[in-house]
Amino acid sequence: MKSSKIGYLTKEGLKSIVTHGFMSFASVTIIVACLVIMGSFTLIAVNVDAILDDLESENQVVAYVEETFPEEEARALQPQIEYLANVRSCQFVSRQEAWDEWVGQQENQSSFQSLPAEVLRDRYIIYLDDISLMDQTSEQLSGIIGIARVRADTKVAEGFMAVRNVVSAVSLILIVVLVVVSVFIMANTVKLATVSRKDEIAIMKMVGASNWFIRFPFVVEGLVLGLFGGLLAFLLEWAVYDVMTGQILNLLGNLLTVVPFASISLAVLAVYLGVGLVVGVFGSSIAIRNYLQV
Amino acid sequence: MVLFENVSMTYPGGDVPAIDDMSFAIEDGEFVFLVGPSGSGKTSIIKLITGEVTANSGTLNVNGFDLRHIRRRKLPLMRRTVGVIFQDFRLIDDMTVYDNVAFAMHIVGATNRDIRRRVPYVLDLVGLSGREKRYPREVSGGEQQRVAVARAIVNSPQLLIADEPTGNLDPARSLELMLLMDRINGNEMGTTVLVVTHEKELVNSFSKRVIAIEDGRVISDGMDGYYSYEIK
Repeated sequence: MKSSKIGYLTKEGLKSIVTHGFMSFASVTIIVACLVIMGSFTLIAVNVDAILDDLESENQVVAYVEETFPEEEARALQPQIEYLANVRSCQFVSRQEAWDEWVGQQENQSSFQSLPAEVLRDRYIIYLDDISLMDQTSEQLSGIIGIARVRADTKVAEGFMAVRNVVSAVSLILIVVLVVVSVFIMANTVKLATVSRKDEIAIMKMVGASNWFIRFPFVVEGLVLGLFGGLLAFLLEWAVYDVMTGQILNLLGNLLTVVPFASISLAVLAVYLGVGLVVGVFGSSIAIRNYLQV
Repeated sequence: MVLFENVSMTYPGGDVPAIDDMSFAIEDGEFVFLVGPSGSGKTSIIKLITGEVTANSGTLNVNGFDLRHIRRRKLPLMRRTVGVIFQDFRLIDDMTVYDNVAFAMHIVGATNRDIRRRVPYVLDLVGLSGREKRYPREVSGGEQQRVAVARAIVNSPQLLIADEPTGNLDPARSLELMLLMDRINGNEMGTTVLVVTHEKELVNSFSKRVIAIEDGRVISDGMDGYYSYEIK
């Protein structure tokens, strides 16, 4: 293909964005609206997931060391615990530290001053990577020689799992429905934009234009409108996200973790531009296909 | 050259053939009027020649292309050898007069230099110098038809087909257009011209070959240049 021809067809595609201004505006608006609605739901799901992650990470397992183990031997168990696959981190708490903490929490601290710290055991506070494997990890911990007892709140873990599953299922269904609806709306908008150009395509065919000659400007037009729509949706999403998260943080303070937009902005931008590009290019190519069969 | 040999064509879903065992030949350089009443098959003949529809039987050859067996991707190549002028002009509204003509040259892969040279020449030939930057809606009906002629001839096609070209023009503009077609057929370019019309006076004012059709069949084919056929 000659470069002058590509230049001409690209120019024609760009020109037609202006000459068919209303349809260009409608296409971009639809792309932006669909992306922002879909994106907002996805970002809500991402945040709910992050909040659950945060809450889950607070869920700890406590492994108590045999009473007979002196502190040095108790401390020596740490590598064995850390070696377990699901253990994210573990912290040794000596009897004395545990005692001090417990006494510190009591109202009448003086009543306990006479008791020795030995009534408590040395212990490990263990944080897991995946709380759904809490039972399994507890068993592995119990199997370590020197660990007398393991306390794991599996009911809480199960509760988290149930919430996460519901949230994941609802998010997935909503996102799939929104994607289907968005694709349908976008395809129809592109189709509508093409119907108005039916005569133009027929004239080009009559004059001897090949299919790619007709399709190329449409693809350029779709590509530019799609990318522009994606970029616009990204900026709008950013603004909406900042305003909404600002309001939530003002209202709830530090009770909730909010994913900062900056940390996901590149991924959001890539997805939006990608969706815009695919919808623009494939939408316009597929929409004019019927008119090329003359 | 256009060759119809026992060509028949029925539209999908139809039971009466639009073209029924039709035979005629148009040699290179000829000027032919194709006449007949509405529904006689004139438009179907144009559609067959431009490859919009395919014949069911017979032999159909246009400028060396066998249109009964042509591959779809070869159709654009065939169409570039045929220029078509329609009654409703069929110009692209968003393109200027110049661009409406130039895009036909872009289609055949002409260089920008050739386009810059050729388009003004053709626009001058059809009497549209000075109208280059106007849009179709900004020029008269007669001028729009001349833009369509310019677009049809800019690539020097072997065959020029005009489908009721004077249908939207007054008698003076019609005569002017036919004289232009005569020039294109004559020494100016030597293009084969096929004019589809039902305007008796216009046909009779030129001494050309006249093919008359009715119900998809040729009922007369004479070199006397006289529209002897009476419309029912």
